[in-house]
Amino acid sequence: MAYINAEDQLGDCKQEQVILMATEEVKLLGFWVSPFALRVEWALKIKGVKYEYIEEDIFNKSTLLMELNPVHKKVPVLVHDGKAIAESFVILEYIDEAWKQNPLLPQDPYERALARFWAKFAEEKIFEGAWNALCSRGEEKQKALRQTIEAMAKIEGELEGKQQFFGGESIGYLDIILGWISYCLPVWEEVGSMEILNPIKFPAITAWINRFLNHPVIKDKLPPTDKMLVYFHQRSEALASTANG
Amino acid sequence: MADELVLLDFWPSPFGMRVRIALAEKGIKHEYREEDLRNKSALLLQMNPVHKKIPVLIHNGKPVCESLIQVQYIDEVWHDQAPLLPSDPYQRAIARFWADFVDKKIYDHGTKIWRTKGEEQEAGKKEFIECLKLLEGELGDKPYFGGENFGFLDVVLVPFYSWFHAYEKCGNFSIEAECPKLIAWAKRCLQKESVSKSLPDQEKVYGFVLQLKKVFGIE
Repeated sequence: MAYINAEDQLGDCKQEQVILMATEEVKLLGFWVSPFALRVEWALKIKGVKYEYIEEDIFNKSTLLMELNPVHKKVPVLVHDGKAIAESFVILEYIDEAWKQNPLLPQDPYERALARFWAKFAEEKIFEGAWNALCSRGEEKQKALRQTIEAMAKIEGELEGKQQFFGGESIGYLDIILGWISYCLPVWEEVGSMEILNPIKFPAITAWINRFLNHPVIKDKLPPTDKMLVYFHQRSEALASTANG
Repeated sequence: MADELVLLDFWPSPFGMRVRIALAEKGIKHEYREEDLRNKSALLLQMNPVHKKIPVLIHNGKPVCESLIQVQYIDEVWHDQAPLLPSDPYQRAIARFWADFVDKKIYDHGTKIWRTKGEEQEAGKKEFIECLKLLEGELGDKPYFGGENFGFLDVVLVPFYSWFHAYEKCGNFSIEAECPKLIAWAKRCLQKESVSKSLPDQEKVYGFVLQLKKVFGIE
């Protein structure tokens, strides 16, 4: 994409810079195991947008990260033509608006409101719930598990009757937001010795997971399970021990 | 066929105020229904079975829940009048980022101020002011967060102003002393009819908070 100033460069006219860019500059600051960063990568791939991935060590944060996301100091951060955007939900909507091909959100305002509603619900009740269950013990863990399973049942209800994905024939916004369930939740279940995704209880979600994991954009871009198991084992231990003081 | 719009709401809710302001900005006719949260209506339970919370916006019989989602829905359906989100994708992202920040921080820290005492309350006050200062930084020298025009982030944040007096009395501190620019911004917003008609009187909110403190057994 070329930016060329219209002013004439000849003679005594003011010289203006000509800025030529072969491709728009898109960078993504991520962390290999972060499901939030992976969402953004999925979205960029669906849109066919080339980007440079920069790995960030979140336990030893770089000055770049602090500059690009001073408010939360977290990944992912998308940088597009020098402009930084943080928070995975915000980044996904930005990507959908900046690149019009392969829309992620539905066109109809009511359908968009529903997609946003379920995305927020899933993040607050399933993601947070499962994470709490992973990092807590005893009665607190049981409570978190119950609430997460209850919430999962509502998502199961939403999937009934849907063809392939929440987005319809192709992967959309809600599929991307929920995608962590397909590859990350099973790891948490193993590490936490807990069952959330019973395939008999949740046949629609189970079928969706298989379709999702087999999608060309998804299947080659997952963090290695063995590394994830080690990582989350360490994290859940660390967080459980701080909770106990 | 005329649009039928019903808003299920509760007068002191800052989340409900956001929707009131958005509807007023766009001049959208609607029916306002006050809910008694200790005795929720069958309609509320039917229209928001997942959370059973207000506000609920019912458009031609179809419910939209969650205030940020409702405001965006209103902006998208009635896109010709008084646009709230800017048209540029990056500016929209900035507005959404800060709206998310307000939702994650302001309500919870503010609640700590009236609902707790001692160290927890002091921590709540400190974090609350820190968050307001960050927002002041985002506002800069602009008249509104939306720039020259009142916009999405203004709608999202200004309702909390109606709770400031209650926070100040409960926490024994002055928000204006710490964040004068933000107070100036809020007063500027209140000059708009859409805002002044949607926000309850601060004394009334304080009275409501005092009642809540009784219920929760906090002196």
